[in-house]
Formats: sequence, structure tokens, C-alpha cells
Amino acid sequence: MWEQIAANRRKSIGLVISAALLLGALGWAGGEYFLGQGGGTGGVLIALVVWLVMTLAAWFQGDSIMLSVAGAHRVQKEDLPQLFNVVEEMTLASGLSKMPAVYVIDDPAPNAFAAGRRPENAAVAVTSGLLRTLDRDELQGVIAHEMAHVRNRDIQLMLFAGVLAGAIVILAETGLRGMWLGGGRSRSRRDGGSDGNGLVAILAVVLMILAPILAQLIYFAVSRKREYLADASAASFTRYPEGLASALEKISRAPQRLGGATSATAPMYIINPLKRNGQMAANGTSTHPPIDERIRILRSMAGAGFADYDRSYREVTKRGGVIPGSALKDAETGQTARSTGATPAPSTRENARKVDDFFYRRDGYRKVECACGTTLRIPADFATPAAKCPRCGALHDLR
Amino acid sequence: MALLLVPVLVLLGLAVVLVMWGIGIYNGLVAARNRVKESWAQVDVQLKRRFDLIPNLIETVKGYMQHERGTLEAVTQARAAVSGAGTMAQRVEAEAGLTGALGRLFAVAESYPDLKASTNFASLQEELASTENKIGFARQFYNETVMNLNNKVQMFPGNIVAGMFHFGAETFFEVKDEVQREAPKVSFS
Repeated sequence: MWEQIAANRRKSIGLVISAALLLGALGWAGGEYFLGQGGGTGGVLIALVVWLVMTLAAWFQGDSIMLSVAGAHRVQKEDLPQLFNVVEEMTLASGLSKMPAVYVIDDPAPNAFAAGRRPENAAVAVTSGLLRTLDRDELQGVIAHEMAHVRNRDIQLMLFAGVLAGAIVILAETGLRGMWLGGGRSRSRRDGGSDGNGLVAILAVVLMILAPILAQLIYFAVSRKREYLADASAASFTRYPEGLASALEKISRAPQRLGGATSATAPMYIINPLKRNGQMAANGTSTHPPIDERIRILRSMAGAGFADYDRSYREVTKRGGVIPGSALKDAETGQTARSTGATPAPSTRENARKVDDFFYRRDGYRKVECACGTTLRIPADFATPAAKCPRCGALHDLR
Repeated sequence: MALLLVPVLVLLGLAVVLVMWGIGIYNGLVAARNRVKESWAQVDVQLKRRFDLIPNLIETVKGYMQHERGTLEAVTQARAAVSGAGTMAQRVEAEAGLTGALGRLFAVAESYPDLKASTNFASLQEELASTENKIGFARQFYNETVMNLNNKVQMFPGNIVAGMFHFGAETFFEVKDEVQREAPKVSFS
């Protein structure tokens, strides 16, 4: 497990360097084109400044931006005890030193994501739709998958990768637009128009068209690989791959579509929030592997260890392994046995009620219990001084 | 003079590299040992938490389960055995006994609809079930850290450094109670 984290860190560095080279080349070509011969250095500088500003913004504001864009609200243990317990359990299983903050999003589409560039200040968020759909074991599988993203430092990796891809896209688009508008001193300044400049111009155009595509393909490829790894880690944390498999099945069947997700935040969700059902085919522009494949891999695992996942992955996809050899070396083949003890009470309905309570309370609704067993929710701006119970007709004084 | 200097420098360089390498291995061993300690602390916290929850549970179910005095007493006794355990081996055994006693109590509780309907019991059941899970997961992680340490201590070349600085292999926290090895229950609710 530690080997895998170290491998991920090395990969992060490698990815940043290669994407930075791409960015530098783009900056150089743009500079040569727009600033005239010898302007390449200036272009590289501009590219670096754009990237630096974006990285700093993402580094210091990324989590809070992501959480607020998704409309996530922080909850405490009293609000949703079971969700809290499950997150605590997975904190222990993953060996994280600190439990992530727990957030809930009021959205009927079942989904979940993790945020936070370091495991110490991470957050996991689930939608209310998820809590209404999944039972305890399935919830555990989903949370384990998100904790794996935290634990494997995928969030950090994807943050860097996303920012680099974003910077490349922005620069290339600006450059291309500048060309369409007829900018570029090398063209307007006729006296300097040598053959060398023509070559640079072609190179610049090619780079500006190819670089964004390349950057995004790298980004998506990395993202898909991280999903498999997070699934494998989730199985090894819970020692119960069926929990995550059945959760994925339920989530993928849900008809609702999630609001508040963007292509930048998509890789952190448990399933791709931007794709409609049935469009889960794996292609170069998807952040997530096809969900049916993920379910099949999880279901044909013989045990719950990394080696079991790797074997199952090879069988299902007919491709090479997905787990780095260094991670396989120190991972034992865990059997799918957990401590049983007390079986928790039927939980989905209880969770649904609690998450409703939380959002009604947050929106200032008043709760009135009628003697007939009906619960009335009174909005904060309800003007009438009394409310009638729709079931038994009893009047409730609201003053 | 200069002819002599070259091999001396090479040897010196080799020695420095070797020492640095040794330091790296040593630090890795210390980190692994600290992780084992830390992960055991987590197991301990959860065991204590379960220990503290039990009086509350007994108080809640007592009124409903008049005819199950034996089951309740078994839990109380198992809890007493935990606090009376002296050695580590005794402690592990007593904790396993407590897990078994609690499992039986919750199995019996299934046939008391009034008790199951009580919100107090429902939240206690979730707490205890979760604590039970947490013990399991903390133990699972503890065993992982122990495995990591033992691999480092016993494999070459770590075993040389480990031998020099007296790093020993740790023991796994195994579950002896057969009940706990059962396949997980799947509920379709």
C-alpha cells in the first residue's frame, strides 16, 4: 500500500514534468509566432505564469471551490450517524490518520466524491439520493472507493493533471484565436518574413491544435486508471467487493442526472456524473471506465486483495494487469470475511429520513408532529398562524 | 601520492554510500514500527469504546428482555473478563468472547419486536455494530502494518540492519473465535 502511494507520487512528478514540457513547447511556439523571432523565451514565460497562477488557485482554493460548486453542506454525527460511522470505519480500514470531513449534497442523483489535496484535510461528499438508494454495505463500498482516492493521493494527482491540461487548453485556444484575428508580428512585419518563420508558424499551429487533445487524453487515461485502483483498494478495505459492485449497479440504474459537476471535477466522482446512462463505453474521452466492466471485475474476484482484483481484471478485460507490481508485492490476499457481530437495523429508510430532516432544518422549516403520526413541515415564510393536518384534519397552532 | 589517493577516495565514497543506504533502511524500519504502534492504538480505542457502550446497552434492553437473563449476564461477564485480563493473549481471548456474547444478544433481540422498534435500541445497535466493524477494520489495518514491518525485518538486506539495532517481528492480531470467520450476512432490505 505504501509502495503504491510512493509510486503514485513518482507518477505525479513524471506527469507534471511531461505536461510542463508540452506547455513550454506550446509557449515557445506561440512566442516565436506572435512576438517575432527570438520571442520564444517570452512565450515560455507567459505560459509558465498562466500555469503558476492556475496551480496556486487550485492548490489553495480547489477543495472549497469544488465543494461549493457541487452545493455540499457539512454534516455532523448527530445529523447522519450511520454515514458518519461508515466514514469512520473506512478511515480505520485505510489507515488514514484523520477522518475526512463529511458533506451532503441535496441532489436526487446518487453519486459521491472526495476532495482535498492532502489526506489530512480531505472531505467526502455524498448526495441525498445516494443515501436514499443504498444500504449500509453498499454505502460502505462507495465510501471506501472515495477514501481510496484520498489515501492513494489521486486527488492531488488529478488536481495537478487537471490544472496542466486546463492551462494548455487555455493557451492553445488563445493562440488559435489570435491567429484567426490575423495577429502575429511575423506576418505583419514583412521585412522579417524568412522561410524559418513560416516553419515556426506551421509548427505553432500544429502544436496549438494537438497539445490540448494530447493533454486531455493523458488526463483521461490517468483518471481511468485511478478508478480501477480505487475500486481495488475499496475491495481490500471493506473485504467485501459485492458491496461496491451492487452500489455501482444501483447508481448506474438511477435515472437522475447530477447537477453541479464539471469536467474538471468529474474524475473525483464514483461514476462519471456527466454521461447519460448507456453511454458508458470506454473511449479516449471518458474519465471513468465503463461501469458494467467495473461491476464484472468486482463480482468475479475470488478474494478481496489487490492480487485478486488484478487477476479478475485480466480475465474480464483481456488486457494486462492494472495494479502496479510494487503494490502486488506487499498486499496479502485478503479473504472476504468481516467481523459480523451485530447486524445493523434496516438503514436506507432511516438515512433517507435523516437527510430530509437535515435539509429541511437547514432551510428553516419547522417540524410539527401531529397526534395521528403525520409529520408536518412548515416553511419559514408560512404566513397563516395555523396549519391543518392533511391526514386527520387537526389544526396546529403555529404561533 | 596521487596514485594512492584514488583508491582511498573510491573506498571512502563507497563507505559513504553504504552508510547512507543503511540509514535509509534504518529509517524505514523505524517508520514501519511506528505505524504498527499507531495502528494498535486505533484498535485499542475501538475496543475501549465497545467496553464503554455495553452498560448503556444492558440498561436499554433489560426492561424488554426479562426472560433472557442468561444472555445479558453472559455479556456482563464477558465484559468483566476483558477488564480482568492481564496478558495480551488473555485480552485478545476475552475480547473475542465479548464479541461472541454481543452477537448472541443481538440475535436474541431479533425476536423482541417492541425492543427492535425502540429508537434508543436502534441507535445503540448501529453504534455497536459500527464499533464492531471498526474493531475489525482497525485490526485489519494493524495486521497490514505488522506484515509490512515483518517483511522489512526478515527480508534481506533489511534483516542485517534490523539485527544490528534489535528490531523484532511483531505478532498478528488473529481472530480465534470461529463465529467471526463466518461469511458476511447479506440483507435485502
